[in-house]
Formats: sequence, C-alpha cells, structure tokens
Amino acid sequence: MRATVLVRPKPGILDPQGQAVSSSLQHLGFEVERARVGRVIDLELAGDDEADARRSLERMCEQLLANPLIESYEIALDASTGA
Amino acid sequence: MTTGTGRSSDEPRPVVAVVVFPGSNDDRDAQRALELLGADARLVWHGDDELPRGTAAVVLPGGFSFGDYLRCGAIARFSPVMRAVAAFARDAGHVLGICNGFQILTEAGLLPGALRPNASLSFVCRDVALTVERTDTPFTSRCAHVALDRPLTIPVKHGEGCWFADEELLEELEASGQIVLRYAAGDNPNGAVADVAGVLGEHGNVFGLMPHPEHAVDPLLGSTDGGLILGSLVDAARLSLASPV
Repeated sequence: MRATVLVRPKPGILDPQGQAVSSSLQHLGFEVERARVGRVIDLELAGDDEADARRSLERMCEQLLANPLIESYEIALDASTGA
Repeated sequence: MTTGTGRSSDEPRPVVAVVVFPGSNDDRDAQRALELLGADARLVWHGDDELPRGTAAVVLPGGFSFGDYLRCGAIARFSPVMRAVAAFARDAGHVLGICNGFQILTEAGLLPGALRPNASLSFVCRDVALTVERTDTPFTSRCAHVALDRPLTIPVKHGEGCWFADEELLEELEASGQIVLRYAAGDNPNGAVADVAGVLGEHGNVFGLMPHPEHAVDPLLGSTDGGLILGSLVDAARLSLASPV
C-alpha cells in the first residue's frame, strides 16, 4: 500500500524558506503573494488493512514525521496499490 | 579568580556523560572543557542502553546528529541511550543540551519549544552577547558575580537555532522563570522568539542553549565565559554526588 504524508509549517510559524522561494518567484516575474515550504514523505507500507495502515500512519506522524508544536500533517493513503 | 575555569584539584571529579551520536562533532570539545573544569567526562555512544555507573550529569553535545535529516534532533531522540537520559532527568539528574543537544531535548519533549531554521536562512558562526536572567539554576550559578555587570560572550554556530514557542507557551515560560538565557538586545543571531538563547525544563534540572560554552573556556579563544555555564554544571554534579539523587 502506498501513502503520502504532507508536512507543513503551521500558520504563524516563521518560514524563511517559504519567504525566500516567494521572493525568488517574484524576481522571476511571477505574481506570488506568499509561499510556504513543507515536506513530502512517500511511503510504501507492508500489509493490506487500510484501517491498520491509517492508524499506524497517524502514529508515525505524531512520533517522528511531524513536530506537532510547529507542523501540521496530512495523510493520503492509496489502498489500490497493494502488492 | 572571576573566570569560569579553575577549581582546586583535590575536589572530587564527578562523572559527566557526554553522549556521542552519529554526526556529533563537539563531543570532544565538551569533554575537554568539562575535564578542564574538574569533571571526569566520559564519552558515551548513543547506542548504549545505560549511562556510566555514577553518572552525575549528562551533556548532549553539538553537531549534526543523523545528518540533521527530517528535523534537527528528530531522529537522535530515539537513540537507545535517550531512554537512559530521560530516566536520569526524571530522577532529577542534571542534563545539558548544547546546540544540536538542545534540539534533541526539545524533540524529546524534555525541553519546551522547538528550533527552526534561522530567520536569515544563513548559517551563523560568531560570538554573541548573552544576558543571564537567573543565576539560581544548576547551569548558571557561577554567573552570579558577572550577571549584573556585563553580558557573557559565547560563540554560536548553527543554521537552525531560531527557538520558537507560541504566545501562550512563551507567557507560561516567562512567568515560571524558565527563560534563563537571552541574546543581548540587538544581538539575536537567528530570529528566536523573545531573544531566547537558553531555556530550562519545568523541573529546573534540564537546560538547553544554542551558544557553545565548550568553545569558550580558554583565553586563547577570546572568552572563558563558557566555563561559567559548564563550571556551574560541574558544581551541581559534584553536589549531587554528596547527596545522590
């Protein structure tokens, strides 16, 4: 089973990387008002129980993939990609 | 003497464990500085399950543990030795995190807040002026005679030292006196909220700071103010030997 985890800096958290990207895009002539830079983590999971996978993905995010103080996360699970 | 270094050699040398993670690079500097200040400093591999017998304080040194992958400190906090460090802290043992060590302690939930990339996006490596807010902690006791007179001079060197706490948490920490070290006005190198350079855990026995006291213990390097921080820790470790925790 494949899953994608999106990790974003929470609103209100200073994101200097996003600011640099936004200013660079503006220099290129794009009309960008704001950019925020996060992280994508693609995972391939063993097992085929969707509910189990979802539970363990939540735990992965809470324990390691995101720091809940400064980051939010979003899980997308593609159950159609089982082995 | 008003420097941080120098104590008579007949005092007991408390065992201070300096944890070495893959990617730590200030472990030996920390060991050398602690030895200079009267400790028996021992390097401990991150994969060990236990701290050395008789450990009276723990230092998590600077560096780039696990390549700073994912977030600084996020992977190191799961190293086997961290279970022993957390247990040591629970039993009121003194734990100091320097730079990457600070990042690891925040990721481990042993210290409040989080460290984010510097506002400038640049790696910063220079001396900073620091004001000590409290000298009644195990990490700043030796600052008592300088704190009111002048700021400390200790170098920073980091890319992700922008300490963050939301307003509510910051207010709590200010009220409880956990903000112990700040960059002097106008000398904040990384955009840290409220100029915070070092913060104390809720029980007062865990401390983390971005500046590197281990790089400021020898007059040859321009400042011995780091010895005031590390020397305080050695004093506290020695005291805890007298009354084991």
